[in-house]
Amino acid sequence: MGAIQKLDEPISEELKLVRAAKAGDIGAFEQLVHRYDRNVFRIAQHITQNREDAEDVVQDAFLKAYENLKNFQEQSKFYTWLVRIAVNEALMRLRRRRPERMVSLDEEVKTDEDSMPREVADWSPNPEQQYTQAELRDILTKTIQGLPSSFRTVFVLRDVEGLSTEETASALDLSIPAVKSRLLRARLQLRERLNKYFKRRKGGDGKK
Amino acid sequence: MNCSDFLKELTDYLDDSIDARTRTELEEHLQWCHNCFVICNTTKKTIEIYRDSQLYELPDDLRTRLRSAIMTKCQHQKKA
Repeated sequence: MGAIQKLDEPISEELKLVRAAKAGDIGAFEQLVHRYDRNVFRIAQHITQNREDAEDVVQDAFLKAYENLKNFQEQSKFYTWLVRIAVNEALMRLRRRRPERMVSLDEEVKTDEDSMPREVADWSPNPEQQYTQAELRDILTKTIQGLPSSFRTVFVLRDVEGLSTEETASALDLSIPAVKSRLLRARLQLRERLNKYFKRRKGGDGKK
Repeated sequence: MNCSDFLKELTDYLDDSIDARTRTELEEHLQWCHNCFVICNTTKKTIEIYRDSQLYELPDDLRTRLRSAIMTKCQHQKKA
């Protein structure tokens, strides 16, 4: 997340690397890979939910970026452009694995009711500390995997990777209201699903 | 402001991207509505937990292997 450049920087370090790579400096491109490979891997894993696919996405996204670098107009950040490529690659693989369910970022999502809070229970203080790291990872993975891919993708870009609403909209080719609406639903659905793990136990101190 | 209005603004409120007047209205609502107060806090916590979760970290050995594969393909592409 810290690697993301601010738009108002005069010429960012990122842009210098992009221009050098465009001019044929392959070492500069390698630095861009080093800068963003972890982010791309995380995004790809979240979308595809498959380790092998995520590895392929990382390779293909960077290769595609390298091949198309001359077409990168520098109107957005390189990272946003790269994320857009990676998300498309990841969705393509998800569709291949789940042909029975059409997967699209534009899918009509009628889950307003799913997003409305049903259970309002306060959580224990530091609820994540009730679980071991492995248990927590398992809970968080299972919970986010249950979201529709269109919600999951927006949540991961905005809340995990720290892209702005505008950057997320640009990377996913969505309008800003669409990003906000999906983000709200994603957040509320995750909160609802985490309730059963994190809510304060009656008369207890929050421990299992 | 009722609870449904509050929920509509929740994302902008948590992202600190609302005007001062709406913020004041939301915060007034939070003072008397315990349900929205809990939903707001637990949603905020949900975001924090995921942000800090380090799910899907790229292991160093895989990272090295992927980078080497990417750069080999880029070299081929450059020569082609």
